[in-house]
Amino acid sequence: MDIRFSPQETAFQEEVRRFLADEYPADIRRKMQGGLQLEREDHVRWQQLLARRGWAGVNWPVEHGGTGWTPVQKYIFSTECALAHTPRIVPFGLGMVGPVIYTFGTEEQKARFLPDILASRVWWCQGYSEPNSGSDLASLQTRAVRDGEHYVVNGTKTWTTMAQWAEWIFCLVRTGGPELKPQAGISFLLIDMKTPGVRVSPIRLLDGTPEVNEVHFEDVRVPVENLIGEENRGWTCAKYLLTHERTGIAQVARSRVRIAELRKLAAQTPAGSGGSLLEDAFFLRRLAELETELIALEYTELRTLANLSAGKSPGPASSILKIKGTEVAQALDEFFVEVAGLHALPCVPEQFREGFTGDHVGPGTLAAAAGVYLNNRKASIYGGSNEIQRNIIAKEVLGL
Amino acid sequence: MDFDYSDEQQLLRDSVARFVREEYAFDARKRLIASGQAFSASHWSLFAELGWLAVPLPESCGGLDGSAVDNAIILEEFGRGLVLEPWIPTLTLGAGAIAALGSPAQQQALLARVVAGELQLALAHFESAARYDATAIATRALRHADHWQLDGGKCVVLNAPAADLLLVSAREASGGVAVFLVEPGTPGLRMQPYRNIDGTMAAELLLEGLRLPVDARLGDQPDALPALGILHDRAALLACAEAVGAMAVLLQKTVEYTRTRRQFGVAIGSFQALQHRMADMFIEVEQSRSILMMALLTADSSGDIPRAVSAAKSRIGRAARKVGQEAIQLHGGIGVTEDLDVGHYVKRLIAIEALFGNSDWHLRRFGSAGHAA
Repeated sequence: MDIRFSPQETAFQEEVRRFLADEYPADIRRKMQGGLQLEREDHVRWQQLLARRGWAGVNWPVEHGGTGWTPVQKYIFSTECALAHTPRIVPFGLGMVGPVIYTFGTEEQKARFLPDILASRVWWCQGYSEPNSGSDLASLQTRAVRDGEHYVVNGTKTWTTMAQWAEWIFCLVRTGGPELKPQAGISFLLIDMKTPGVRVSPIRLLDGTPEVNEVHFEDVRVPVENLIGEENRGWTCAKYLLTHERTGIAQVARSRVRIAELRKLAAQTPAGSGGSLLEDAFFLRRLAELETELIALEYTELRTLANLSAGKSPGPASSILKIKGTEVAQALDEFFVEVAGLHALPCVPEQFREGFTGDHVGPGTLAAAAGVYLNNRKASIYGGSNEIQRNIIAKEVLGL
Repeated sequence: MDFDYSDEQQLLRDSVARFVREEYAFDARKRLIASGQAFSASHWSLFAELGWLAVPLPESCGGLDGSAVDNAIILEEFGRGLVLEPWIPTLTLGAGAIAALGSPAQQQALLARVVAGELQLALAHFESAARYDATAIATRALRHADHWQLDGGKCVVLNAPAADLLLVSAREASGGVAVFLVEPGTPGLRMQPYRNIDGTMAAELLLEGLRLPVDARLGDQPDALPALGILHDRAALLACAEAVGAMAVLLQKTVEYTRTRRQFGVAIGSFQALQHRMADMFIEVEQSRSILMMALLTADSSGDIPRAVSAAKSRIGRAARKVGQEAIQLHGGIGVTEDLDVGHYVKRLIAIEALFGNSDWHLRRFGSAGHAA
């Protein structure tokens, strides 16, 4: 048993730190630390810096222009990025459709799409969920009917994150008839958002941010060459994506950074009974409980990583990482609202936008805490809800 | 980075697991308790024969100076079988105190006998009024010209009824705490033995004008408290390993039961309401195993051991309560009977929670360490 990094891994950690210190733009860091909203251009600029260094395809194999990193290297990279307050890599291109294309796509498709994904020249979004298909994804009804060299697509996708910025969308569409099992009639289709008949309408989340959308398709004509894999075999791609290695899903490093920040804020916040919140026994007890949970989670992640490094499957442990990672993050959201006290009330989103010159309400980012809390209730819902994760554990691990 | 056992560790684990499988069937354990014994002397001899008793002891006395991980391997398997033999009382605490505090002569005289399986020990340290405060020792030791005199009381002294030698802590006139070797039956020592809920044995000790020879003091360190603190952290950590073993069995038994128990015409394990609760039990067991590994690896390095132990003991205590309660609930009525082993695992988990600082005590110590995770 040995959890120390090897000398090569330590050297790699140094290299990542140096890169972040030298190259991570100060203005983006300032926005991240100040809780300001990022623009599309901020994400693109950061990811293009990574791409120039050859570090954009974190999970990608070398032959497709990826890093070829070991699981431990990926862990080090995501940890150091969290400690440096970088934005997370937007997952839809680099984390999702890219790996599907290099795994299931033709040589032409790889040559056509992968370079732009790797260089963050094209923004992708994900068309999976539908108004009537959430956890039961295989029941989806967006239909693609073959007409010569095109598919004609009709239907609606929802919860499409950042579709307002996207140039392309990858969709699960129904191509098979009702005689097939629901999973057997689905295809994986790439659609140019500029195609006539594609319409994006925003959905406002509880914090008011225009983050997710509905995407409507009305007689959208999609060239057959945009089909990935075989017709009616798209479920294989979808499943591959769901089980695809998701390094850092537990967000341990980010939660650690947030706990440190929380402690700092709590130490400056009066408890209302003499002393600071950080000296308040009720508060401290719950914080200590959360910290032990995070330590346990960190080691659960390291154990998963060790399995991956040994060439074993991450196994259903990734369901634990999803469940506990989101629970810890959401518990932290609650703590920030609590520390905010009365300043949990003001809803002044404009003061968290670049260029705000008015008087700032509330200390630091605390007036944004309630919004963050509300927004992040999504975490236990998306990516396979935490209930679905429990189904997976019951079925795959416990054999129930 | 790897969490794998070495080949030697794997062999040790297999050998302890085989012992538990062959000797610790639920009925055999019940018969052992019904016989009135605290544990099986022949099991203890077997431990000596197999070399296990050498694992925690220093090399200078015939031991192997095993790591925290080595010790935890044994205790986790013991937890799986609800083993009654007093590993923590005799080895971790008793022999540990002699190794940490005893003079070379005392170590030579006593520890070889421990390794040989010839000596049972009990460390009498905690007192009723002190609860988990290992520093609040009111028992007094007065040095007279030709003897020591001890007065006071000790509570829930594990393994005291079976001990060949008691190690009793007491405060000296100087204010420091020392540990004294006391033979059971010494005049002035009253022992009230009893059985604990988990089947192990313990005793209350009353010391009234207890006279001890001048060489009864363990070593010559002015204050034994720092060493005793380290020993109790070690004991807490091993109790955590035992709890992880016991919880893993509870989960496994609960899953098996719900797969076979039929109601409404189906196995009750097919109900999602129960599946999710077992998924949560699984998460609790895995999170416990993770934080145990953190604490073991810290104990084997040079990190902040008290903080690591407290993180583990408090988190695992929380898990143990949940896993125990859920195991009983999902077994239904049979779960609250003496006939089923499940309740006996729960009893051991309750005992572990209460020993060496409970969850709240450890959470407080962890939280007051005052720095971020």
